[in-house]
Amino acid sequence: MPEITRDEVARLAGLARIQLGDAELDRLAPELTKILDAVATVSQALEGAGEVQPMSHPTPLRNVFRADELRPTLSPEQALAGAPASEGQRFLVPRILGEE
Amino acid sequence: MPGPELTDHSAAELSQALAAGETTSAEVTRAHLDRIASLDGELHAFLHVDAPGALAAAEDVDRRRAAGEPLGALAGVPVAVKDLLCTVGQPTTCGSRILEGWVPPYDATVVARLRAAGLPILGKTNLDEFAMGSSTEHSAYGPSRNPWDTARTPGGSGGGSAAAVAARLAPVAIGTDTGGSIRQPGALTGTVGVKPTYGGVSRYGIVAMASSLDQAGPVTRTVLDAALLHEVIGGHDPMDSTSIDAPPPPVVEAARRGDVTGLRIGVVKELGGEGFQAGVRARFEEAVGLLTEAGAQVVEVSCPSFAQALATYYLVMPSEVSSNLARFDAMRYGLRAFPDGVELPSAEQVMAATRDAGFGDEVKRRIILGTYALSSGYYDAYYGSAQQVRSLVARDFDRAFEQADVLVSPTAPTTAFRMGEKLDDPLAMYLQDVATIPANLAGVPGLSLPAGLAEDGLPVGFQLLAPLQADDRLYNAAAALERLLLDRWGGPLTPPLVGQVDSLVGPVGTPEVRA
Amino acid sequence: MTTVEVGLVPFEEALTRYEPVMGLEVHVELSTATKMFCGCPALFGGEPNTHVCPVCLGLPGSLPVVNGAAVESAIRIGLALNCRIAEVCRFARKNYFYPDMPKNYQISQYDEPIAFDGWTEVEVEGPDGPERYRVEIERAHMEEDTGKSLHVGGSTGRIHGAEYSLLDYNRAGIPLIEIVTRPIAVPGDRAPAVARAYVQQLRDLVLALGVSDARMDQGSLRADVNLSLRPVGTAALGTRSETKNVNSFRSVERAVRFEVSRHAGILDAGGRVVQETRHFHEDTGTTSPGREKSDAEDYRYFPDPDLAPVAPSREWVDALRATLPELPAERRRRLQAEWGFSDLEMRDTAGAGAVDLVAATVAAGSSAQTARKWWLSELARRANEQAVELSALKITPEDVARIQALVDAGAINDKLARQVFDGVLAGEGSPDEVVAARGLAVVSDEGALTEAVDRAIEANPDVAAKIRDGKVAAAGALIGAVMKEMRGQADAARVRELILARLT
Repeated sequence: MPEITRDEVARLAGLARIQLGDAELDRLAPELTKILDAVATVSQALEGAGEVQPMSHPTPLRNVFRADELRPTLSPEQALAGAPASEGQRFLVPRILGEE
Repeated sequence: MPGPELTDHSAAELSQALAAGETTSAEVTRAHLDRIASLDGELHAFLHVDAPGALAAAEDVDRRRAAGEPLGALAGVPVAVKDLLCTVGQPTTCGSRILEGWVPPYDATVVARLRAAGLPILGKTNLDEFAMGSSTEHSAYGPSRNPWDTARTPGGSGGGSAAAVAARLAPVAIGTDTGGSIRQPGALTGTVGVKPTYGGVSRYGIVAMASSLDQAGPVTRTVLDAALLHEVIGGHDPMDSTSIDAPPPPVVEAARRGDVTGLRIGVVKELGGEGFQAGVRARFEEAVGLLTEAGAQVVEVSCPSFAQALATYYLVMPSEVSSNLARFDAMRYGLRAFPDGVELPSAEQVMAATRDAGFGDEVKRRIILGTYALSSGYYDAYYGSAQQVRSLVARDFDRAFEQADVLVSPTAPTTAFRMGEKLDDPLAMYLQDVATIPANLAGVPGLSLPAGLAEDGLPVGFQLLAPLQADDRLYNAAAALERLLLDRWGGPLTPPLVGQVDSLVGPVGTPEVRA
Repeated sequence: MTTVEVGLVPFEEALTRYEPVMGLEVHVELSTATKMFCGCPALFGGEPNTHVCPVCLGLPGSLPVVNGAAVESAIRIGLALNCRIAEVCRFARKNYFYPDMPKNYQISQYDEPIAFDGWTEVEVEGPDGPERYRVEIERAHMEEDTGKSLHVGGSTGRIHGAEYSLLDYNRAGIPLIEIVTRPIAVPGDRAPAVARAYVQQLRDLVLALGVSDARMDQGSLRADVNLSLRPVGTAALGTRSETKNVNSFRSVERAVRFEVSRHAGILDAGGRVVQETRHFHEDTGTTSPGREKSDAEDYRYFPDPDLAPVAPSREWVDALRATLPELPAERRRRLQAEWGFSDLEMRDTAGAGAVDLVAATVAAGSSAQTARKWWLSELARRANEQAVELSALKITPEDVARIQALVDAGAINDKLARQVFDGVLAGEGSPDEVVAARGLAVVSDEGALTEAVDRAIEANPDVAAKIRDGKVAAAGALIGAVMKEMRGQADAARVRELILARLT
């Protein structure tokens, strides 16, 4: 049976950028294990089904393109209206660690 | 306007009265706003009510009508919109703290079409946070209540829209359906809810939960109203790459026709039986019987892959959720929370603290589960397999539609459940969508309409499913069934909260009329 | 992470023990009018946050729609690199959090790139003339660019010391084509030049295709240099570093050399190379560590459900193939044959950036050899003096062709031609105007010439005697004297004829 351990939840929360507290980690590990246990049966449907293509889109659309034509932009005021903070027409955010 | 209260009328009736000059949009809109003011304290169907905006839009339509401008069928009929759709000038919270107070700078295409068609927007309706849930109890702003019994949930995620329409706070509303969020609340509140064909209604401006499953649709009290609203919001949108570039199905015509003579109706073996409440099964079977009497042919069809539909859904959906909800990070909009005891925290720390503070438990569960299902080493076993099973579900639908023109099942396994009953048991909550999920996985359209009251006196939903782009078949069959049921009942099902308990009409079977 | 400081091993010495294997990842920003997935202008710069909309800001509810012109550009680049074009390919989401990425995922392509399995050939100079190397292209795929961050405050102003950061999303969503090579294992001493020649070739190619302005200084062409070393004679690849911020062709070359030296130093000291991103510093020619690439980095790619698959039809691909211009390498080969240049002459011409100039001069009527002569000697010298590119000189290929035509017609000689170049470069007008204004026309007045010849014979009786005795070669001294008197404005061939007519 698959299990999502507390450490695994902590690692996943790191990937998902959620700072989970100890109590949340304690609670989520067994909850997620239970859910995973229920959904891990999914591949049973594939037994004996032969070759099955994965389905990423429910409709068979192809080549949906836009013409390379300008559309109206937002004004900087509109763009920044929802920002928690801004300065000099830019979004002001806490210091960024790392690089690039 | 003569007859009952303005708020008791269907949108089609209001539309006729407006066109005939028997009432005005301002009058109709005010009547609904008044009713919201008196009842929504108890129901909490709305997160935001925009009385000035709705009245201004209503007056504008009235002016245009007076000036003799040609107007659409629903012009002047007010509408409520699920708070998952972007609206200029009204907050869009998605039922989440992380978006508290956010006012989008753009309208969703559906909203723009409502405005263009002259429907005053009453406000934004409550929902489970980011549409994740089946009871509306996961709203960060408190649950909505079911007008049939305020100790019970109206279902979810679109419980707000369903409760508002059931309680006559709005004649019609917009919902969204990712795994049943329009149809299941429809079943639990005795309203009509339609999930159109995937790609039939634009997703642009609808805050995404699971992009390959989400679809907006009408929430109404009659099948014809649903078709009229569907026609307003549907059709190709170049802003949505998954929007179908073809003429929309003739849904209004089908809803007016309502003829099932010779129609092949497939009862899906896997969507019923065990796990379904007795009263739900009874109303479902009676409705099938009515359709047979009206000339439909009933066949049983089997879709074996549906046994894994719920598991498939709970892999595909959280995977997409984990990616779609990554953008809520405190940088550009929404909540910004700071970690405790950190001097000069980094952007990364603020993101993590905000996402902890801003998301509720169910959202976090799904994000973590989706992150897991997509992560290297697990992708093939979980997300990959689930995408393959999706193909099987679609294949089973194809085969079933060779045998039947429409498929039918109960919409939800139970009637409305008590608040808190399933809150601590996510899997029990997930089971609410067991019959609605296959349609989302395959993209096919589905409709739920009331089939009567169960042994507990609560509404039961009857679900119809049709092939891709054949939404009109749903409306045709549903209109026929609706007429047969109304004839039986002598009028529509009306929840007690409407204040007319005495006139509550008995459904098929033996309803318990409660005081 | 503890970093052990180890010494650098000189490049040549490193190559005695190790063999470098390179991988180059080049990002080309397309010069479409609009962004990859929305209708905002895809322009460099601009006032902050003026080229943004709900889509490229990643606002809730917004959805991407593919720019068809960007797909065309991607296919044309793929074809020009001899790639196969996918029959069906999808966009995928690359999930990671970074503030300059509005959705916290980048729409890219993962296991289904639009173009794959290609190659291109680059030429570098070896001791025995030009050498050609084939660079295998693994893939070229479409993706979107990120926004830009500005770091404010702190003691150094550098990112690590910043107190806060400011974000501008004008660049977010500009279409990028990422072109990835297979591992390149060429003789170690050629590696830096091959890397440079490859990037240069890509630049020439996208310019010829007209799909990008390919400005390394503005970041519209960006190269990442991946490099690993393996002991000479072994096959397994070593751990690689990924050097970013390489902003010029010369830097590509220097980055390869530096990383070879650095890796060799670590390996010689018995250390292990860390798999990490590194940054190249133009000023010092060195690299410094960036983000460590841990195994835990997990981008959770999956097909983007918001976008329909791209399935270019054979007809479409064929039509695009027909639009491909002659590509730089092919063109050079054709021109070399047409012009009859030796490998060395052609390489010098290309090296001086004069291929287009010579071609235009030839088109204006000159012979290839004379065109090459002027551009690579006289004009190259002046460009060098002014420290500008040849093409930046204030003279056109048509001017050069006209000056040569004047020489051919005997109206001026080579010496006078140099003065005409001076005049044209100084902005005095067209070659004809300069000749007229400076009075540079060759003296063709026979009377004046004959008098000058007579004076020269008179003044140099010994030379005249030698010529009379049949030593015709001695005529050079008299010609020189006449030319001197005429201040160069005479046709030397005519002067010679006149002298010989008098004395033989």
